Amino acid sequence: MLNVLDETVNPVEPFLRTDRMPHIWCPGCGIGTTVNSFARALIDSKIDLESLALVSGIGCTGRVAGYVKLDSFHTTHGRAIPFATGLKLANPKLNVVVYSGDGDLSAIGGNHLIHAARRNIDLKVICVNNLIYAMTGGQTAPTTPGHATTSTNPYGTFEPAFNLPHLVEAAGAVYVARWTTFHVRQLARAISEAFQKKGFSFIEVISPCPTLYQRRNKMGDGLDTMKYYKEKSKVKNGAPTGEVGLTLNGEIAVGKFVDRDRPDYQTMMRAQYVESLGERYVEEPAAECCYEG
Amino acid sequence: MAKGRVSIVVERCKACGFCVEFCPTHVLALSSAFNSKGYHPPHVVHPEKCSGCDLCGMYCPDFAIYGTKADLKSEAAKAEKASGGAK
Amino acid sequence: MKADPHGVLTGTHFIDGDHACCEGALAAGARFAAGYPITPSTEVVERFAARVPLVGGCFIQMEDELAASIALQGGVWGGAKAFTVTSGPGFSLMMEHIGYAAMTETPCVFVDVQRGGPSTGLPTLPAQADMMQARWGSHGDYEIIALCPNSPQECFDLTIKAFNLAEEFRVPVMFMMDEVVGHMTEKVIIPPAEQIEVVPRKHTRKSIEDYLPYGTNGDMVPEMAHAGEGYKFHVTGLTHDERGYPNMTPQTQDKLVKRLQNKIRNAADRICLFEEDRLQDADVVVVSYGITSRVAQRAIDLARERNLKVGKLRLITAWPFPDKKIVELAARVKAFVVPELNLGQMVREVERAASGKARTFAVPHAGGGVHKPEEILNAIVEASRC
Repeated sequence: MLNVLDETVNPVEPFLRTDRMPHIWCPGCGIGTTVNSFARALIDSKIDLESLALVSGIGCTGRVAGYVKLDSFHTTHGRAIPFATGLKLANPKLNVVVYSGDGDLSAIGGNHLIHAARRNIDLKVICVNNLIYAMTGGQTAPTTPGHATTSTNPYGTFEPAFNLPHLVEAAGAVYVARWTTFHVRQLARAISEAFQKKGFSFIEVISPCPTLYQRRNKMGDGLDTMKYYKEKSKVKNGAPTGEVGLTLNGEIAVGKFVDRDRPDYQTMMRAQYVESLGERYVEEPAAECCYEG
Repeated sequence: MAKGRVSIVVERCKACGFCVEFCPTHVLALSSAFNSKGYHPPHVVHPEKCSGCDLCGMYCPDFAIYGTKADLKSEAAKAEKASGGAK
Repeated sequence: MKADPHGVLTGTHFIDGDHACCEGALAAGARFAAGYPITPSTEVVERFAARVPLVGGCFIQMEDELAASIALQGGVWGGAKAFTVTSGPGFSLMMEHIGYAAMTETPCVFVDVQRGGPSTGLPTLPAQADMMQARWGSHGDYEIIALCPNSPQECFDLTIKAFNLAEEFRVPVMFMMDEVVGHMTEKVIIPPAEQIEVVPRKHTRKSIEDYLPYGTNGDMVPEMAHAGEGYKFHVTGLTHDERGYPNMTPQTQDKLVKRLQNKIRNAADRICLFEEDRLQDADVVVVSYGITSRVAQRAIDLARERNLKVGKLRLITAWPFPDKKIVELAARVKAFVVPELNLGQMVREVERAASGKARTFAVPHAGGGVHKPEEILNAIVEASRC
């Protein structure tokens, strides 16, 4: 399939299920770009791929699980986070990444998002935000900015949109960052940083959906959108998350907004049991040998 | 000799234009050739300017292009082999 | 293999069905549960929450039943035996994920301690009106196994059976209790661990290169791997091929969905458990399950005192439905009497299987209490006259 006669390998290739290429994402869609940053972060962080599990929900971004060569789980709409919680609690040695879209994580999955953040479950959540429900044809999402045109708001949206970094910070996340698909290196670095963190990390990546969001709103194609990200993004590390909301054509605040420390769920659980039960506490992961051999 | 080299997986390309736009040294341009899906893949117009930074690879949503740093020693050995150097 | 003694509370206990169910799960090797409180089931996980820090494993109360029903599946793929516990309204919420478990072949147990419905209904009172839902509640074609205990002792024994069937067939098993069985306190004998057989996870021994997550070696149940072992497998709820990759074609759909169905149906003889009594000379057979079977027993005894030739067929396995047994009986008995705490659910299955060869008399009850023996006896008398 390679049209090139050399022995070099795309650095992202070892992380892909090449037998499933080409993928289903549209020309100019940014999801594939985020996967490159993810792969770069895996390389740079020297993550043990055998103890990494990736969980996704339903939607265009949800398809990432099917394209990465990792233990990957394509679960139900909105429920990647609780599934990931179960994985992590049963086998604490796993490094669990949740890779899903804005509709999946903040609409149907909203309840699970805030509780996992509250509990500070040790998950690394990559939320690709294309401001729309793409897979199903371009419906309004909780992140769609006001006055945008979508298939379920054909005369323009009028609801206020979620400011996701603000939401997850308030809920308790310990690492909150936002980048766009233009910021490929910064995104890779953010993902690497999240891997070093214990607790609920949330990285929002603004990404084009040229086929639906951009087209319906006459914003050009994927490349136009990338140029728009380049022009309108402003790095504001440490900005108060209340001020980083997105508008239809306005500034995109990017950067690392929250990086704090608080004990993660399993640390707190252990501490509580040790305090209450002392010697009687049997600390054994649920995934003990349930099979022979 | 260029510090880097671009490899292009022509059949995967969807001509989004990211690589052409964001290559810092403007090595690439969309070609007038077609792949089997009807897209114009990029081609290298200034190979000598490639640094092997792999920004093209980082941007490409279709995993259709990547840059690698040239291994100068093995490049030289290949050049010698190509010109029929005896061993 | 034998049960892990750490989870087995050997001894003679005086506990209710909910508590016995929890002990059954622990004895079966369950070390992960994700739950959400709902009457009359909550005690099962409350006990689990108290036991697990002393035995090993993890319990988490999730934010809703949607989360609980999928978190437990994450626990399974992480390597544990896992379950959740609920009642009607929660069972309804869990339906999507029961379908996900069936489609991805995730071995797990869903306990439904049935209460009056529909909707909020009668939270503290019994019913048996989720029986059809247990079988058909999620969308699409799939099979499940459902067991119905009728005593706290069975809540212990059959929970182990439920986990064993789940592991053997890689299927979600519905454990259909009811509020009375859940809240009745009786003697429960828990034997020593070495007397308890548990079925281990059907884990692959294949190498990473050879392993196919949904490949079968002719027995229709694929071997499993867990996350974190290097197999780098993919699991999806989309229609998939043997590699686990989405493959959305009619051909793949046909192959997959029929295998999911046949892996259970072809083994129905082995899976179907029932209790028989005095069927040899019976003209009328009372078919019952759960708490109703205990009232039915009294009615049958009273009928026999009146010299009515009535026998008992107690369904321990409700799904797959024991078609064969009903067909065999329908050929030689006059009628079936089917009392249930619902307005007619399993009776439809009896009628279907009987195929007109014997009559079927339903003894419905809207729920909230149990039948009086006389109600069932009257039906037996009427059936005997037909």
